[in-house]
Amino acid sequence: MSEGMLSNRKPETGAFFQRDREWHPQAYTPWYKTSVLRSPQKALLSLDNTLSEITGPVFGHNILGALDNDLIHNFAKPGESAIGPRIIVYGRVLDERGRGVPGALLEFWQANAGGRYRHKKEGYIAPLDPNFGGCGRTITDEDGGYVLRTVQPGPYPWPNGPNDWRPAHIHFSIFGHGFAQRLITQMYFEGDPMIPLCPIVKTINDPAAISDLTAALDMSATTPMDSRAYKFDIVLRGRRSTLFENRLEGN
Amino acid sequence: MVQPLNRFKESASQTAGPYVHIGLTPNFSEINGVYPHDLGSSMVNDKTRGKRIAITGRVLDGTGTPLRDALVEIWQADADGLYNSPSEMRGAADPNFTGWGRCATDMVSGEFRFETVKPGRVPFNDGRLMAPHVTFWIVARGINIGLHTRMYFGDEDAANAEDPVLARIEHRVRLPTLVAEPVEGGYRFDIHLQGEKETVFFDI
Repeated sequence: MSEGMLSNRKPETGAFFQRDREWHPQAYTPWYKTSVLRSPQKALLSLDNTLSEITGPVFGHNILGALDNDLIHNFAKPGESAIGPRIIVYGRVLDERGRGVPGALLEFWQANAGGRYRHKKEGYIAPLDPNFGGCGRTITDEDGGYVLRTVQPGPYPWPNGPNDWRPAHIHFSIFGHGFAQRLITQMYFEGDPMIPLCPIVKTINDPAAISDLTAALDMSATTPMDSRAYKFDIVLRGRRSTLFENRLEGN
Repeated sequence: MVQPLNRFKESASQTAGPYVHIGLTPNFSEINGVYPHDLGSSMVNDKTRGKRIAITGRVLDGTGTPLRDALVEIWQADADGLYNSPSEMRGAADPNFTGWGRCATDMVSGEFRFETVKPGRVPFNDGRLMAPHVTFWIVARGINIGLHTRMYFGDEDAANAEDPVLARIEHRVRLPTLVAEPVEGGYRFDIHLQGEKETVFFDI
């Protein structure tokens, strides 16, 4: 897998910054009911990264198909396209030092414009779109940049409280360069009044962390008469310099 | 006042949700034709060096019920203890071994299964060797941030006894939660999210 790396940068081998466990959601969040029986209750074992966490799989552009980042067309019949508000989502994958992360694999999935997922365990009354599968992927460029095209997903009800709804969102799974950076999160949309009502959003304590998951409408990046655009940057754990550690590897 | 450090905050985790399969194993969830195969479904090929093993197990909730909607990823060294990663500076790992696998738990039984090889030993930061181990990362509906743990091997008593990470576990009674049982063709490793047998999860 590693031969697909296009970057000229030297691989980094430092350990990652400690994760801020108060910024992330806690495991036990009883208002999100499923977490009650699925949350570890004992303290985590904390220790500095070893080679097993500093390393991680890296994916080459050779795994990507031409339509992988185009959810409007990657499941559609030839000549057809998914129904819904057409949007571009773009941004950068950065680390906590503010550096772009090249070669990061992003995988994303979402409901269709009516709020319905293509999944056998999904029973929402909204119809499936025969031209929408709901999954896509891409790999970041040299600066950590990425772009995808899709339809804006709809909000949908889910069994938690008697009348809980998810805000419109796109799920993102991200691989950086070390397995300790592995992350799954969700992107929300600027101005959605459902965001503060959502029990899953409310697993996050800090409003600033929620803002960081809310993509901004960017009219400058729209394609006129075609698609609006949202900007969504993702931040992965930063990495310590190895300059003054046992093996001098430079920065 | 002092200069700002200008560090960014890591994006906060959110649950993978009940439909994680759509994004990460679409062929498993019958969304066919988008990707040729599900990423991580094959770690080995005919030329992979090392002893072939299968790792099977389940992820169990606080009532002992297996999760039928979880997604498990593993990351491990090759048979010589080298990682297939650009950050591996000690040598070139087996090009026929990815080191990374991904498996959705079965929608009926809750079982996961990885066909892989037994990893070699990898040095700890001070140069001592760690015992052979496989890193696990578990996400699912109801799990707000991916759970990180390790699987060690039940037939490696001597190596396990000198492993510097296992040595950090204060309550020795919990150590067996990280050790897989040897079975026909490989190893069995159940992960308990809660309860008396709660697996030791890592903040690493």
